[in-house]
Amino acid sequence: MNKPVDIPLPNPPPLAGEGREEVTRAEVEDFLYYEADLLDNWKLDDWLALCTEDVGYYVPPNEKLDADHRYTLFIVADDAVRLRERIIRLKDPNCHAEYPPSRTRRLITNVRIIGAEGDTVTVAANFAIYRHRRNEPPRQFVGRYRYTLRRTDSGFRIVERRACLDAEELGPMGAVSFLL
Amino acid sequence: MNDRPNGHGNGHANGHLVAEDREHSTFRVKREVFVSPDVLDAERQAIFDKCWIYVGHASEIKNPGDFHTRQVAGRPIIFCRDRQGNARALINSCRHRGAIVCRERQGTTRQFYCIYHGWTYNTDGSLKAIPGDDAYGPGFDKKTLGLVEVPRLEQYRDFYFLNFDHNAPDLATYLAGAKDYIDLVVDQSPSGRMEIISGIQEYDIKANWKLLVENSVDDYHLVTTHSTWLNYMRNSGVNVAPAKGHMLPTKGLGKDLGNGHLTTDNPNYRGRPVAKWISVYGEEAKADIDAIRKELVERLGEARAARVADTNRNLCIFPNLVINDGSSVTVRHFYPTAPGEMRVVAWALGPVEETEAQRARRLHAFLTFYGPGSFATPDDVAALELAQKGFAAWRDVPWSDLSRGMGKNEEQLATDEGHLRVFWRKWSQLVETRP
Repeated sequence: MNKPVDIPLPNPPPLAGEGREEVTRAEVEDFLYYEADLLDNWKLDDWLALCTEDVGYYVPPNEKLDADHRYTLFIVADDAVRLRERIIRLKDPNCHAEYPPSRTRRLITNVRIIGAEGDTVTVAANFAIYRHRRNEPPRQFVGRYRYTLRRTDSGFRIVERRACLDAEELGPMGAVSFLL
Repeated sequence: MNDRPNGHGNGHANGHLVAEDREHSTFRVKREVFVSPDVLDAERQAIFDKCWIYVGHASEIKNPGDFHTRQVAGRPIIFCRDRQGNARALINSCRHRGAIVCRERQGTTRQFYCIYHGWTYNTDGSLKAIPGDDAYGPGFDKKTLGLVEVPRLEQYRDFYFLNFDHNAPDLATYLAGAKDYIDLVVDQSPSGRMEIISGIQEYDIKANWKLLVENSVDDYHLVTTHSTWLNYMRNSGVNVAPAKGHMLPTKGLGKDLGNGHLTTDNPNYRGRPVAKWISVYGEEAKADIDAIRKELVERLGEARAARVADTNRNLCIFPNLVINDGSSVTVRHFYPTAPGEMRVVAWALGPVEETEAQRARRLHAFLTFYGPGSFATPDDVAALELAQKGFAAWRDVPWSDLSRGMGKNEEQLATDEGHLRVFWRKWSQLVETRP
């Protein structure tokens, strides 16, 4: 299998315990870089372990980025059950769109904590994801993340993850067959 | 449907590009049709300039001044409702020097305004004002300089189609047997009113547009291309075991609806928001689905309700509109941007009466199977793009085969290719027998 080269990953970043200190941007950045590494290396079970039991993963339609998935047709709107199934699918060699797995590289920048309440923080970040497949021109996915993260004793956990694409339509990006 | 070459007025297909051999039960299509710029030019003239092409749904232009800009039949089109309340299809190009006069994707407006020299048009297309119009001679007639209207615009049960051929038969005649299958969609609404739900999926596939016609109705590929989706259904407690003697859980049919239109017609196994519960919906949805079913039976009677709610149908209206009425309802049109590339635009459709929970269930079901982020469509895209790559050798491997199910006397299954041949016979009739 033509998997990307395995590189050593950092341990999950340590976290101050609940109620002890304010979350810092550096802590959030460490977490997002760690998450990006997991996804770029197709360590999907490890990634899923970063999600809460009630996680939601959303890619809204390009022309309506602030929409609600209950009333609007999204590109992706996974609850925890379907997200687990998506990971099963992505690991299956019969997931033809992602076999062999694409090589991806995620650049995460402009990270900001935009809200904090109790053990929950809301985070915004920009992303540029390059996706490479054999004999295909690279595809670029550029946009903005909005995270809701929960602090736990073992580090941050993802409650909600929303990837908003800047392009006016998916167009040449084609399908969104890997995790944005 | 039996596999008859002359059924519903379709001609023989013994031309150069589509070759049907009844004696040996073979049906082949030249791969040249997927790569040739000349064939695409011929299609633009013989198909997209002559057939009824889907432009939009009445629910998208509810109020005077509502508009959407789209690419239809290769032209920039404004689909709008004018201030008098009439639906319009206007060519989005200034009569002065050509610029697009409406740049927004959608909205509500009193006029269309060209940023180049400031010519403005009313929502019925008529020319409203020209800056400095005293510079024109006495014979210059503003009345003849409105936005050009597409020659024909007609609707069937709120689905609007346009036609660039003044002499085309009316839409209802053109749709032939496809009307019955549109009726099955619209019957899901208690008031007979369906609506396009907000949110557009608009994506490119690097493959010839005709491959998506085939793929949309081809049940033969389901087990191989979509095994991960079948796994998901199985994991969710849905019985997807093949029926005895069949490839799929139910015995589905492929049907010829006349004029090149075709459909699959399958007893449901994958759930329907209207109205067949499956475990994916959750126990809490059972009573609600029962209530939808009850309304359906009261309004339509047992038999018609079962026809609507217990069958799934992937309907292809020639040449490029697909309405999938199954685990959700999709409206999807697609058009060539080059011989080896198409743009797909897809929407969800639902009854206007749906509650919040019903709408959410419909959209959730949509996203599992349909669309660029789903568990199925990306693999279809992969298959189509692999086919297109294979066509690079079209001179060496000149023919694709669509003979499946040929030569048998009984009905054509949805896993046969009889309904795909319906498309190709019509295609051949239009493209290969042009004067």
